[in-house]
Amino acid sequence: MNQFSEYKGVYVFVQQVEGVIAPVSFELIGKARELAKDLGTGVSAVLCGYNVAGLADELGECGADTVVLVDDPALESYMTEPYAHAMHSVIEFFKPEVVLYGATTIGRDLAPRVSARVHTGLTADCTKLEIDKETGRLLMTRPAFGGNLMATIVCPDFRPQMATVRPGVMQRAERVSGRRARVLPFGVKFEKNDRYVEILDVIKKMNESVDISQADILVSGGRGMGSKENFQMLYDLADALGGRVSASRAAVDAGWVDKELQVGQTGKTVRPKLYIAVGISGAIQHLAGMEESDLIIAINRDETAPIFNIADYGVVGDLNKVVPMLTEKIRAAKAES
Amino acid sequence: MLNIVVCIKQVPDTNEVRLDPKTGTLIREGVPSIMNPDDKAGLEAALRIKDELGACVRVVSMGPAQADAVLREALAMGADEAYLISDRAFGGADTWATSSTIAAAVSKLPYDIVFTGRQAIDGDTAQVGPQMAEHLGIPNVSYAEEIRVVGDSLIVKRQFENSYQVVRVKMPCLVTALTELNRPRYMTPGGIFSAYREKQVTVWARADVPVDDSNIGLKGSPTRVKESFPKALKGKGEVVTLDAEAEADYLVSKLREKFVI
Repeated sequence: MNQFSEYKGVYVFVQQVEGVIAPVSFELIGKARELAKDLGTGVSAVLCGYNVAGLADELGECGADTVVLVDDPALESYMTEPYAHAMHSVIEFFKPEVVLYGATTIGRDLAPRVSARVHTGLTADCTKLEIDKETGRLLMTRPAFGGNLMATIVCPDFRPQMATVRPGVMQRAERVSGRRARVLPFGVKFEKNDRYVEILDVIKKMNESVDISQADILVSGGRGMGSKENFQMLYDLADALGGRVSASRAAVDAGWVDKELQVGQTGKTVRPKLYIAVGISGAIQHLAGMEESDLIIAINRDETAPIFNIADYGVVGDLNKVVPMLTEKIRAAKAES
Repeated sequence: MLNIVVCIKQVPDTNEVRLDPKTGTLIREGVPSIMNPDDKAGLEAALRIKDELGACVRVVSMGPAQADAVLREALAMGADEAYLISDRAFGGADTWATSSTIAAAVSKLPYDIVFTGRQAIDGDTAQVGPQMAEHLGIPNVSYAEEIRVVGDSLIVKRQFENSYQVVRVKMPCLVTALTELNRPRYMTPGGIFSAYREKQVTVWARADVPVDDSNIGLKGSPTRVKESFPKALKGKGEVVTLDAEAEADYLVSKLREKFVI
Protein backbone atom coordinates (compact mmCIF):
# COMPACT_ATOMS: atom_id res chain seq x y z
CA MET A 1 0.00 0.00 0.00
CA ASN A 2 1.18 3.52 -0.58
CA GLN A 3 2.00 5.92 2.21
CA PHE A 4 -1.19 7.89 1.63
CA SER A 5 -3.74 5.11 1.91
CA GLU A 6 -5.45 6.86 4.82
CA TYR A 7 -6.21 9.90 2.63
CA LYS A 8 -9.57 9.39 0.98
CA GLY A 9 -12.25 11.35 -0.77
CA VAL A 10 -12.57 14.37 -3.02
CA TYR A 11 -13.52 17.48 -1.04
CA VAL A 12 -14.85 20.78 -2.30
CA PHE A 13 -14.77 24.02 -0.35
CA VAL A 14 -18.28 25.44 -0.75
CA GLN A 15 -18.22 29.20 -1.03
CA GLN A 16 -21.35 30.82 0.32
CA VAL A 17 -21.90 34.51 0.97
CA GLU A 18 -25.03 35.54 2.86
CA GLY A 19 -26.52 32.11 2.35
CA VAL A 20 -26.04 32.00 -1.41
CA ILE A 21 -23.69 29.36 -2.79
CA ALA A 22 -21.31 30.57 -5.50
CA PRO A 23 -21.93 28.87 -8.88
CA VAL A 24 -18.28 27.76 -9.03
CA SER A 25 -18.87 25.50 -6.02
CA PHE A 26 -21.45 23.49 -7.99
CA GLU A 27 -19.09 23.36 -10.96
CA LEU A 28 -16.37 21.93 -8.70
CA ILE A 29 -18.76 19.33 -7.28
CA GLY A 30 -19.49 18.32 -10.89
CA LYS A 31 -15.77 17.82 -11.57
CA ALA A 32 -15.24 16.19 -8.17
CA ARG A 33 -17.80 13.51 -9.12
CA GLU A 34 -15.73 12.52 -12.14
CA LEU A 35 -12.52 12.43 -10.10
CA ALA A 36 -14.17 10.49 -7.28
CA LYS A 37 -15.48 7.93 -9.75
CA ASP A 38 -11.96 7.33 -11.09
CA LEU A 39 -10.64 7.04 -7.54
CA GLY A 40 -13.48 4.84 -6.35
CA THR A 41 -14.42 7.27 -3.63
CA GLY A 42 -17.05 9.89 -2.77
CA VAL A 43 -17.55 13.64 -2.94
CA SER A 44 -17.71 15.74 0.20
CA ALA A 45 -18.79 19.36 0.22
CA VAL A 46 -17.33 21.42 3.05
CA LEU A 47 -19.91 24.01 3.97
CA CYS A 48 -18.65 26.78 6.26
CA GLY A 49 -20.82 29.60 7.59
CA TYR A 50 -23.36 30.53 10.24
CA ASN A 51 -26.94 29.21 10.06
CA VAL A 52 -26.24 27.60 6.70
CA ALA A 53 -27.42 24.02 7.36
CA GLY A 54 -30.35 24.66 5.02
CA LEU A 55 -27.97 24.74 2.05
CA ALA A 56 -27.04 21.07 2.43
CA ASP A 57 -30.06 19.85 0.42
CA GLU A 58 -29.02 21.84 -2.63
CA LEU A 59 -25.47 20.44 -2.38
CA GLY A 60 -26.84 16.90 -2.24
CA GLU A 61 -29.03 17.42 -5.29
CA CYS A 62 -26.06 18.85 -7.18
CA GLY A 63 -23.83 15.84 -6.53
CA ALA A 64 -22.30 15.87 -3.04
CA ASP A 65 -22.44 12.51 -1.23
CA THR A 66 -21.53 14.07 2.09
CA VAL A 67 -21.77 17.59 3.45
CA VAL A 68 -19.28 18.45 6.18
CA LEU A 69 -20.99 21.30 7.97
CA VAL A 70 -18.95 23.77 10.00
CA ASP A 71 -21.57 26.13 11.40
CA ASP A 72 -20.34 28.81 13.77
CA PRO A 73 -20.88 32.54 14.42
CA ALA A 74 -17.15 33.04 13.73
CA LEU A 75 -17.86 32.10 10.10
CA GLU A 76 -20.74 34.48 9.50
CA SER A 77 -18.77 36.69 7.10
CA TYR A 78 -15.69 35.61 5.19
CA MET A 79 -12.46 36.31 7.03
CA THR A 80 -9.19 34.61 6.23
CA GLU A 81 -8.26 33.34 9.68
CA PRO A 82 -11.41 31.59 10.93
CA TYR A 83 -12.05 30.08 7.49
CA ALA A 84 -8.45 28.87 7.23
CA HIS A 85 -8.77 27.41 10.70
CA ALA A 86 -12.02 25.65 9.76
CA MET A 87 -10.55 24.14 6.58
CA HIS A 88 -7.35 23.17 8.34
CA SER A 89 -9.36 21.39 11.05
CA VAL A 90 -11.48 19.56 8.46
CA ILE A 91 -8.37 18.45 6.57
CA GLU A 92 -6.60 17.26 9.71
CA PHE A 93 -9.60 15.23 10.79
CA PHE A 94 -11.01 13.81 7.55
CA LYS A 95 -7.72 13.49 5.61
CA PRO A 96 -9.02 14.13 2.10
CA GLU A 97 -7.08 12.93 -0.92
CA VAL A 98 -8.07 15.98 -3.00
CA VAL A 99 -9.43 19.42 -2.03
CA LEU A 100 -10.77 21.87 -4.62
CA TYR A 101 -11.49 25.58 -4.22
CA GLY A 102 -13.02 28.14 -6.59
CA ALA A 103 -10.41 30.60 -7.84
CA THR A 104 -12.47 33.53 -6.58
CA THR A 105 -11.26 36.43 -4.47
CA ILE A 106 -12.18 34.26 -1.48
CA GLY A 107 -10.72 30.97 -2.73
CA ARG A 108 -7.48 32.59 -3.83
CA ASP A 109 -7.06 34.06 -0.36
CA LEU A 110 -8.11 31.00 1.62
CA ALA A 111 -6.49 28.14 -0.29
CA PRO A 112 -2.86 29.39 -0.13
CA ARG A 113 -3.21 30.15 3.56
CA VAL A 114 -4.51 26.60 4.12
CA SER A 115 -1.80 25.04 1.96
CA ALA A 116 0.91 26.74 3.99
CA ARG A 117 -0.72 25.65 7.27
CA VAL A 118 -1.27 22.05 6.20
CA HIS A 119 2.07 21.91 4.39
CA THR A 120 0.89 20.67 1.05
CA GLY A 121 0.99 21.86 -2.54
CA LEU A 122 -1.55 24.07 -4.25
CA THR A 123 -2.00 24.59 -7.96
CA ALA A 124 -3.77 27.76 -9.07
CA ASP A 125 -6.36 28.30 -11.78
CA CYS A 126 -6.45 24.78 -13.18
CA THR A 127 -8.24 24.37 -16.48
CA LYS A 128 -8.11 20.58 -16.48
CA LEU A 129 -8.14 18.06 -13.65
CA GLU A 130 -7.86 14.33 -14.13
CA ILE A 131 -6.61 11.23 -12.35
CA ASP A 132 -3.45 9.56 -13.61
CA LYS A 133 -4.56 5.99 -14.30
CA GLU A 134 -1.18 4.50 -13.31
CA THR A 135 -0.37 6.41 -10.14
CA GLY A 136 -3.81 7.57 -9.03
CA ARG A 137 -2.34 11.07 -8.69
CA LEU A 138 -4.26 14.20 -9.52
CA LEU A 139 -2.98 15.77 -12.73
CA MET A 140 -3.53 19.51 -12.56
CA THR A 141 -3.13 21.43 -15.81
CA ARG A 142 -2.96 25.19 -15.86
CA PRO A 143 -1.89 27.96 -18.20
CA ALA A 144 1.49 29.57 -17.57
CA PHE A 145 3.16 32.62 -19.05
CA GLY A 146 -0.07 34.49 -19.51
CA GLY A 147 -1.66 31.57 -21.31
CA ASN A 148 1.20 30.95 -23.73
CA LEU A 149 2.11 27.60 -22.28
CA MET A 150 0.26 24.83 -20.46
CA ALA A 151 1.83 22.99 -17.53
CA THR A 152 0.67 19.79 -15.86
CA ILE A 153 1.44 19.83 -12.15
CA VAL A 154 1.48 16.96 -9.65
CA CYS A 155 1.83 16.87 -5.89
CA PRO A 156 3.51 13.50 -5.32
CA ASP A 157 4.69 13.58 -1.71
CA PHE A 158 2.07 15.57 0.20
CA ARG A 159 -1.65 15.24 0.85
CA PRO A 160 -4.21 16.49 0.23
CA GLN A 161 -3.60 17.44 -3.39
CA MET A 162 -5.14 20.90 -3.68
CA ALA A 163 -6.17 23.04 -6.62
CA THR A 164 -8.15 26.16 -7.41
CA VAL A 165 -10.32 26.41 -10.51
CA ARG A 166 -11.75 29.55 -12.03
CA PRO A 167 -15.49 30.00 -12.27
CA GLY A 168 -16.92 28.92 -15.60
CA VAL A 169 -14.23 26.35 -16.40
CA MET A 170 -15.79 23.11 -15.15
CA GLN A 171 -19.34 21.97 -15.75
CA ARG A 172 -21.83 21.29 -13.02
CA ALA A 173 -23.44 17.89 -12.74
CA GLU A 174 -27.09 17.54 -13.57
CA ARG A 175 -29.23 18.36 -10.58
CA VAL A 176 -31.17 15.35 -9.30
CA SER A 177 -34.17 16.42 -7.32
CA GLY A 178 -34.54 14.47 -4.09
CA ARG A 179 -30.93 13.23 -4.07
CA ARG A 180 -29.73 13.55 -0.49
CA ALA A 181 -26.29 14.08 0.98
CA ARG A 182 -25.33 12.74 4.37
CA VAL A 183 -24.75 15.73 6.63
CA LEU A 184 -21.88 15.56 9.10
CA PRO A 185 -21.89 18.50 11.51
CA PHE A 186 -18.28 19.16 12.50
CA GLY A 187 -17.50 21.26 15.55
CA VAL A 188 -14.47 23.52 15.41
CA LYS A 189 -13.28 25.66 18.29
CA PHE A 190 -12.58 29.27 17.33
CA GLU A 191 -10.42 31.45 19.55
CA LYS A 192 -9.74 35.02 18.58
CA ASN A 193 -6.10 35.96 18.14
CA ASP A 194 -4.06 38.70 16.46
CA ARG A 195 -4.60 37.09 13.07
CA TYR A 196 -8.32 37.93 13.22
CA VAL A 197 -9.39 41.08 11.46
CA GLU A 198 -12.38 43.21 12.34
CA ILE A 199 -14.96 43.95 9.66
CA LEU A 200 -15.93 47.62 9.91
CA ASP A 201 -18.14 47.86 6.88
CA VAL A 202 -19.39 45.99 3.84
CA ILE A 203 -19.98 48.02 0.70
CA LYS A 204 -22.01 46.55 -2.16
CA LYS A 205 -20.69 47.45 -5.57
CA MET A 206 -22.93 49.82 -7.49
CA ASN A 207 -25.45 48.53 -10.02
CA GLU A 208 -26.59 44.94 -9.96
CA SER A 209 -23.49 43.45 -11.48
CA VAL A 210 -23.71 40.81 -14.14
CA ASP A 211 -21.68 37.65 -13.79
CA ILE A 212 -20.50 37.17 -17.36
CA SER A 213 -19.01 33.76 -16.55
CA GLN A 214 -22.55 32.41 -16.22
CA ALA A 215 -23.90 33.80 -19.52
CA ASP A 216 -24.77 31.48 -22.44
CA ILE A 217 -24.25 34.17 -25.04
CA LEU A 218 -21.68 36.96 -24.86
CA VAL A 219 -21.21 39.86 -27.24
CA SER A 220 -17.79 41.24 -26.48
CA GLY A 221 -16.21 44.51 -27.56
CA GLY A 222 -12.61 45.63 -27.76
CA ARG A 223 -10.44 48.55 -28.71
CA GLY A 224 -11.99 48.60 -32.18
CA MET A 225 -15.29 49.81 -30.72
CA GLY A 226 -13.69 53.24 -30.53
CA SER A 227 -15.97 54.76 -27.89
CA LYS A 228 -18.27 54.13 -24.99
CA GLU A 229 -21.23 55.25 -27.11
CA ASN A 230 -20.48 52.60 -29.73
CA PHE A 231 -20.97 49.89 -27.12
CA GLN A 232 -24.70 50.57 -27.45
CA MET A 233 -24.54 48.56 -30.70
CA LEU A 234 -23.33 45.59 -28.70
CA TYR A 235 -26.04 45.96 -26.08
CA ASP A 236 -28.58 45.95 -28.93
CA LEU A 237 -27.03 42.83 -30.48
CA ALA A 238 -26.85 41.09 -27.11
CA ASP A 239 -30.46 42.03 -26.49
CA ALA A 240 -31.54 40.55 -29.83
CA LEU A 241 -29.74 37.29 -29.00
CA GLY A 242 -30.75 37.15 -25.34
CA GLY A 243 -27.12 37.49 -24.28
CA ARG A 244 -24.87 39.76 -22.26
CA VAL A 245 -22.15 42.24 -23.10
CA SER A 246 -18.53 41.68 -22.12
CA ALA A 247 -15.27 43.31 -23.14
CA SER A 248 -11.54 43.01 -23.62
CA ARG A 249 -9.04 44.65 -21.34
CA ALA A 250 -8.44 47.48 -23.82
CA ALA A 251 -12.10 48.52 -23.63
CA VAL A 252 -12.05 48.35 -19.84
CA ASP A 253 -8.82 50.33 -19.61
CA ALA A 254 -10.31 52.96 -21.91
CA GLY A 255 -13.12 53.35 -19.40
CA TRP A 256 -15.87 52.31 -21.85
CA VAL A 257 -17.17 49.45 -19.70
CA ASP A 258 -16.91 48.24 -16.13
CA LYS A 259 -14.07 45.96 -15.05
CA GLU A 260 -16.64 43.33 -14.02
CA LEU A 261 -17.26 42.71 -17.72
CA GLN A 262 -13.63 42.00 -18.60
CA VAL A 263 -12.79 38.67 -20.22
CA GLY A 264 -9.24 37.35 -20.12
CA GLN A 265 -6.22 36.63 -18.01
CA THR A 266 -6.77 39.52 -15.62
CA GLY A 267 -10.53 39.40 -16.07
CA LYS A 268 -12.90 36.46 -16.11
CA THR A 269 -12.81 33.10 -17.83
CA VAL A 270 -15.92 32.42 -19.86
CA ARG A 271 -17.13 29.47 -21.89
CA PRO A 272 -20.49 30.49 -23.31
CA LYS A 273 -22.33 28.65 -26.06
CA LEU A 274 -21.72 31.64 -28.32
CA TYR A 275 -19.02 34.31 -28.09
CA ILE A 276 -19.07 37.17 -30.57
CA ALA A 277 -15.84 39.18 -30.54
CA VAL A 278 -16.31 42.62 -32.04
CA GLY A 279 -13.31 44.86 -32.63
CA ILE A 280 -11.13 42.58 -30.50
CA SER A 281 -7.75 41.77 -32.02
CA GLY A 282 -7.25 38.73 -29.79
CA ALA A 283 -4.18 39.15 -27.57
CA ILE A 284 -3.10 35.89 -25.94
CA GLN A 285 -4.32 37.20 -22.59
CA HIS A 286 -7.80 37.68 -24.02
CA LEU A 287 -7.90 34.34 -25.82
CA ALA A 288 -6.94 32.58 -22.58
CA GLY A 289 -10.23 33.75 -21.10
CA MET A 290 -12.64 32.76 -23.89
CA GLU A 291 -11.19 30.14 -26.21
CA GLU A 292 -13.20 27.32 -24.66
CA SER A 293 -16.42 28.92 -25.88
CA ASP A 294 -18.51 26.48 -27.95
CA LEU A 295 -18.91 28.78 -30.94
CA ILE A 296 -16.75 31.83 -31.62
CA ILE A 297 -17.60 34.54 -34.13
CA ALA A 298 -15.25 37.42 -34.85
CA ILE A 299 -15.93 40.73 -36.53
CA ASN A 300 -12.82 42.79 -37.20
CA ARG A 301 -11.45 45.25 -39.70
CA ASP A 302 -7.98 43.70 -39.70
CA GLU A 303 -7.83 40.37 -41.50
CA THR A 304 -4.53 39.52 -39.76
CA ALA A 305 -6.01 39.88 -36.26
CA PRO A 306 -5.17 36.77 -34.17
CA ILE A 307 -8.81 36.45 -33.12
CA PHE A 308 -9.48 34.96 -36.58
CA ASN A 309 -7.15 32.06 -35.74
CA ILE A 310 -9.56 30.73 -33.17
CA ALA A 311 -12.88 31.98 -34.53
CA ASP A 312 -15.18 29.40 -36.06
CA TYR A 313 -16.59 32.09 -38.32
CA GLY A 314 -15.05 35.44 -39.02
CA VAL A 315 -15.98 38.43 -41.09
CA VAL A 316 -13.53 41.11 -42.10
CA GLY A 317 -15.24 44.46 -42.23
CA ASP A 318 -16.49 47.63 -40.61
CA LEU A 319 -18.17 46.73 -37.35
CA ASN A 320 -20.15 49.99 -37.45
CA LYS A 321 -21.96 48.67 -40.49
CA VAL A 322 -22.01 44.93 -39.87
CA VAL A 323 -23.18 44.92 -36.26
CA PRO A 324 -26.38 47.00 -36.64
CA MET A 325 -27.28 45.02 -39.76
CA LEU A 326 -26.69 41.76 -37.96
CA THR A 327 -28.87 42.88 -35.06
CA GLU A 328 -31.66 43.85 -37.43
CA LYS A 329 -31.48 40.56 -39.33
CA ILE A 330 -31.44 38.49 -36.14
CA ARG A 331 -34.51 40.35 -34.89
CA ALA A 332 -36.23 39.72 -38.22
CA ALA A 333 -35.26 36.04 -38.19
CA LYS A 334 -36.57 35.62 -34.67
CA ALA A 335 -39.80 37.42 -35.51
CA GLU A 336 -40.39 34.96 -38.39
CA SER A 337 -39.95 31.83 -36.36
CA MET B 1 8.75 55.06 12.75
CA LEU B 2 7.08 52.35 10.74
CA ASN B 3 9.06 49.59 9.12
CA ILE B 4 7.67 48.40 5.83
CA VAL B 5 8.89 45.49 3.72
CA VAL B 6 7.82 45.31 0.08
CA CYS B 7 8.29 42.08 -1.87
CA ILE B 8 8.85 42.57 -5.57
CA LYS B 9 9.43 40.20 -8.45
CA GLN B 10 11.14 40.72 -11.75
CA VAL B 11 8.95 39.29 -14.51
CA PRO B 12 9.06 39.08 -18.29
CA ASP B 13 6.57 41.51 -19.76
CA THR B 14 4.07 38.85 -20.81
CA ASN B 15 2.29 41.37 -23.00
CA GLU B 16 5.40 41.19 -25.17
CA VAL B 17 5.71 37.41 -25.27
CA ARG B 18 4.85 36.02 -28.69
CA LEU B 19 4.42 32.52 -30.03
CA ASP B 20 6.37 31.23 -32.95
CA PRO B 21 3.54 30.58 -35.42
CA LYS B 22 5.36 27.55 -36.91
CA THR B 23 6.57 25.71 -33.84
CA GLY B 24 4.06 27.03 -31.31
CA THR B 25 6.89 27.69 -28.85
CA LEU B 26 7.57 30.85 -26.91
CA ILE B 27 9.81 33.50 -28.36
CA ARG B 28 11.58 34.78 -25.29
CA GLU B 29 14.42 36.69 -26.93
CA GLY B 30 14.12 40.41 -26.63
CA VAL B 31 11.28 40.25 -24.11
CA PRO B 32 11.90 43.03 -21.61
CA SER B 33 11.93 42.37 -17.87
CA ILE B 34 9.82 44.62 -15.66
CA MET B 35 8.83 45.05 -12.05
CA ASN B 36 5.64 43.04 -11.58
CA PRO B 37 2.75 45.58 -11.78
CA ASP B 38 0.86 44.50 -8.63
CA ASP B 39 4.16 44.58 -6.68
CA LYS B 40 4.81 48.08 -7.94
CA ALA B 41 1.43 49.12 -6.55
CA GLY B 42 2.50 47.65 -3.20
CA LEU B 43 5.73 49.65 -3.36
CA GLU B 44 3.85 52.84 -4.19
CA ALA B 45 1.49 52.23 -1.25
CA ALA B 46 4.51 51.84 1.03
CA LEU B 47 6.12 55.02 -0.31
CA ARG B 48 2.91 56.99 0.24
CA ILE B 49 2.82 55.87 3.86
CA LYS B 50 6.46 56.94 4.10
CA ASP B 51 5.63 60.36 2.60
CA GLU B 52 2.75 60.87 5.00
CA LEU B 53 3.94 59.37 8.25
CA GLY B 54 7.59 58.58 7.81
CA ALA B 55 8.72 54.99 7.38
CA CYS B 56 11.71 52.91 6.44
CA VAL B 57 10.85 51.04 3.25
CA ARG B 58 12.87 47.91 2.52
CA VAL B 59 12.42 46.01 -0.72
CA VAL B 60 13.09 42.30 -1.05
CA SER B 61 13.26 40.19 -4.17
CA MET B 62 14.13 36.58 -4.86
CA GLY B 63 15.64 35.69 -8.18
CA PRO B 64 18.80 35.58 -10.28
CA ALA B 65 21.44 38.32 -10.21
CA GLN B 66 19.60 40.26 -12.93
CA ALA B 67 16.79 40.97 -10.47
CA ASP B 68 19.14 43.64 -9.13
CA ALA B 69 17.58 45.90 -11.78
CA VAL B 70 14.09 45.93 -10.21
CA LEU B 71 15.57 46.53 -6.77
CA ARG B 72 17.53 49.52 -8.13
CA GLU B 73 14.33 50.78 -9.72
CA ALA B 74 12.60 50.52 -6.33
CA LEU B 75 15.48 52.42 -4.70
CA ALA B 76 15.23 55.08 -7.39
CA MET B 77 11.51 55.42 -6.65
CA GLY B 78 12.31 56.07 -3.01
CA ALA B 79 12.86 52.78 -1.16
CA ASP B 80 15.53 52.96 1.53
CA GLU B 81 17.16 49.53 1.47
CA ALA B 82 17.18 46.58 -0.92
CA TYR B 83 17.80 42.87 -0.44
CA LEU B 84 18.23 40.25 -3.14
CA ILE B 85 17.72 36.62 -2.12
CA SER B 86 19.78 34.81 -4.68
CA ASP B 87 21.27 31.34 -4.64
CA ARG B 88 21.01 28.27 -6.84
CA ALA B 89 19.79 26.38 -3.79
CA PHE B 90 16.57 28.42 -3.96
CA GLY B 91 15.96 27.64 -7.65
CA GLY B 92 13.07 25.58 -8.97
CA ALA B 93 10.84 26.54 -6.04
CA ASP B 94 7.05 26.36 -6.27
CA THR B 95 4.90 28.86 -4.38
CA TRP B 96 5.18 26.91 -1.12
CA ALA B 97 8.99 26.86 -1.11
CA THR B 98 9.19 30.40 -2.50
CA SER B 99 6.97 31.75 0.27
CA SER B 100 8.85 29.85 2.96
CA THR B 101 12.18 31.23 1.68
CA ILE B 102 11.07 34.85 1.37
CA ALA B 103 9.25 34.69 4.72
CA ALA B 104 12.44 33.47 6.39
CA ALA B 105 14.41 36.30 4.80
CA VAL B 106 11.80 38.90 5.79
CA SER B 107 11.87 37.60 9.36
CA LYS B 108 15.43 38.97 9.60
CA LEU B 109 14.12 42.50 9.01
CA PRO B 110 11.98 44.65 11.29
CA TYR B 111 8.46 45.00 9.86
CA ASP B 112 5.08 46.43 10.75
CA ILE B 113 3.64 45.97 7.27
CA VAL B 114 4.65 43.53 4.54
CA PHE B 115 3.38 44.31 1.04
CA THR B 116 3.25 41.81 -1.79
CA GLY B 117 1.47 42.14 -5.10
CA ARG B 118 -1.70 40.11 -5.48
CA GLN B 119 -0.10 38.05 -8.24
CA ALA B 120 2.77 38.01 -10.71
CA ILE B 121 1.95 38.28 -14.40
CA ASP B 122 4.19 35.33 -15.32
CA GLY B 123 2.68 32.88 -12.84
CA ASP B 124 -0.70 34.35 -11.92
CA THR B 125 -1.06 32.17 -8.84
CA ALA B 126 -1.70 34.86 -6.19
CA GLN B 127 -0.44 32.33 -3.65
CA VAL B 128 2.88 33.62 -2.37
CA GLY B 129 1.45 36.55 -0.37
CA PRO B 130 -1.05 34.60 1.78
CA GLN B 131 1.41 31.70 2.13
CA MET B 132 4.11 34.08 3.39
CA ALA B 133 1.71 35.52 5.96
CA GLU B 134 1.02 32.01 7.21
CA HIS B 135 4.75 31.24 7.48
CA LEU B 136 5.26 34.52 9.36
CA GLY B 137 2.24 33.87 11.60
CA ILE B 138 0.67 37.25 10.82
CA PRO B 139 -2.74 38.18 9.36
CA ASN B 140 -3.07 38.92 5.67
CA VAL B 141 -5.55 41.03 3.78
CA SER B 142 -5.70 40.23 0.07
CA TYR B 143 -6.93 42.34 -2.83
CA ALA B 144 -6.36 45.71 -1.15
CA GLU B 145 -7.75 48.74 -2.97
CA GLU B 146 -7.28 51.36 -0.23
CA ILE B 147 -5.03 51.47 2.81
CA ARG B 148 -4.80 53.81 5.79
CA VAL B 149 -2.65 53.57 8.89
CA VAL B 150 -4.67 54.22 12.06
CA GLY B 151 -2.81 53.78 15.34
CA ASP B 152 -1.51 50.24 15.64
CA SER B 153 -3.71 49.00 12.79
CA LEU B 154 -4.39 49.31 9.09
CA ILE B 155 -7.81 50.06 7.68
CA VAL B 156 -8.00 48.24 4.36
CA LYS B 157 -10.68 48.27 1.70
CA ARG B 158 -10.67 44.71 0.41
CA GLN B 159 -12.11 43.83 -2.97
CA PHE B 160 -14.54 40.96 -3.61
CA GLU B 161 -16.40 40.19 -6.84
CA ASN B 162 -19.58 42.07 -5.90
CA SER B 163 -18.65 43.99 -2.79
CA TYR B 164 -15.93 45.43 -0.62
CA GLN B 165 -15.11 44.80 3.01
CA VAL B 166 -13.53 47.52 5.07
CA VAL B 167 -11.45 45.74 7.68
CA ARG B 168 -9.24 46.75 10.56
CA VAL B 169 -6.15 44.58 10.84
CA LYS B 170 -3.57 44.85 13.57
CA MET B 171 0.07 45.32 12.64
CA PRO B 172 2.26 43.45 11.93
CA CYS B 173 0.32 42.26 8.92
CA LEU B 174 0.67 41.43 5.25
CA VAL B 175 -1.31 43.14 2.51
CA THR B 176 -1.54 42.02 -1.11
CA ALA B 177 -1.87 44.97 -3.43
CA LEU B 178 -3.86 45.45 -6.61
CA THR B 179 -2.83 47.75 -9.45
CA GLU B 180 -6.12 49.56 -8.76
CA LEU B 181 -4.60 50.74 -5.47
CA ASN B 182 -2.70 53.65 -7.00
CA ARG B 183 -0.64 54.97 -9.87
CA PRO B 184 3.03 54.32 -9.11
CA ARG B 185 5.39 57.28 -9.25
CA TYR B 186 8.25 57.50 -11.70
CA MET B 187 11.90 57.27 -10.77
CA THR B 188 13.50 60.68 -10.37
CA PRO B 189 16.91 61.54 -11.88
CA GLY B 190 18.24 62.13 -8.36
CA GLY B 191 16.72 58.83 -7.29
CA ILE B 192 18.35 56.95 -10.14
CA PHE B 193 21.71 58.53 -9.33
CA SER B 194 21.42 57.58 -5.71
CA ALA B 195 20.15 54.05 -6.49
CA TYR B 196 23.22 53.26 -8.53
CA ARG B 197 25.86 55.41 -6.84
CA GLU B 198 24.96 55.66 -3.17
CA LYS B 199 22.64 52.87 -2.16
CA GLN B 200 23.49 49.19 -1.97
CA VAL B 201 21.66 46.02 -2.84
CA THR B 202 22.46 43.46 -0.15
CA VAL B 203 22.67 39.96 -1.57
CA TRP B 204 21.54 37.13 0.68
CA ALA B 205 22.77 33.68 -0.30
CA ARG B 206 21.69 30.31 1.12
CA ALA B 207 23.58 30.71 4.39
CA ASP B 208 22.03 34.14 5.03
CA VAL B 209 18.44 32.88 5.07
CA PRO B 210 17.33 31.04 8.20
CA VAL B 211 15.23 28.32 6.59
CA ASP B 212 15.39 24.54 6.64
CA ASP B 213 16.79 22.72 3.60
CA SER B 214 13.59 20.74 3.32
CA ASN B 215 11.61 23.94 2.73
CA ILE B 216 13.52 25.53 -0.15
CA GLY B 217 14.12 25.09 -3.84
CA LEU B 218 12.91 22.22 -5.95
CA LYS B 219 13.40 19.72 -3.13
CA GLY B 220 11.24 21.76 -0.78
CA SER B 221 8.44 22.14 -3.30
CA PRO B 222 5.34 20.00 -2.76
CA THR B 223 4.31 20.47 -6.38
CA ARG B 224 6.24 19.39 -9.46
CA VAL B 225 5.84 20.24 -13.11
CA LYS B 226 5.16 16.89 -14.76
CA GLU B 227 5.21 18.34 -18.24
CA SER B 228 4.69 21.58 -20.06
CA PHE B 229 3.57 22.04 -23.59
CA PRO B 230 2.49 24.80 -25.93
CA LYS B 231 -1.23 25.22 -25.93
CA ALA B 232 -2.92 23.30 -28.70
CA LEU B 233 -4.32 25.89 -31.02
CA LYS B 234 -7.84 25.39 -32.16
CA GLY B 235 -8.09 24.88 -35.91
CA LYS B 236 -8.67 28.02 -37.87
CA GLY B 237 -12.27 28.47 -38.93
CA GLU B 238 -13.78 30.22 -41.90
CA VAL B 239 -13.08 33.89 -42.53
CA VAL B 240 -14.89 35.83 -45.22
CA THR B 241 -14.65 39.32 -46.64
CA LEU B 242 -17.87 40.51 -48.27
CA ASP B 243 -19.91 43.69 -48.19
CA ALA B 244 -21.50 44.50 -44.88
CA GLU B 245 -24.97 43.24 -45.69
CA ALA B 246 -23.69 39.95 -47.13
CA GLU B 247 -21.54 39.49 -44.04
CA ALA B 248 -24.54 40.00 -41.79
CA ASP B 249 -26.49 37.45 -43.87
CA TYR B 250 -23.57 35.04 -43.68
CA LEU B 251 -23.47 35.26 -39.88
CA VAL B 252 -27.24 34.88 -39.59
CA SER B 253 -27.08 31.72 -41.71
CA LYS B 254 -24.32 30.32 -39.47
CA LEU B 255 -26.30 31.13 -36.32
CA ARG B 256 -29.26 29.32 -37.87
CA GLU B 257 -27.14 26.27 -38.71
CA LYS B 258 -25.98 26.15 -35.12
CA PHE B 259 -29.53 26.60 -33.84
CA VAL B 260 -28.68 29.80 -31.98
CA ILE B 261 -31.61 31.50 -33.72
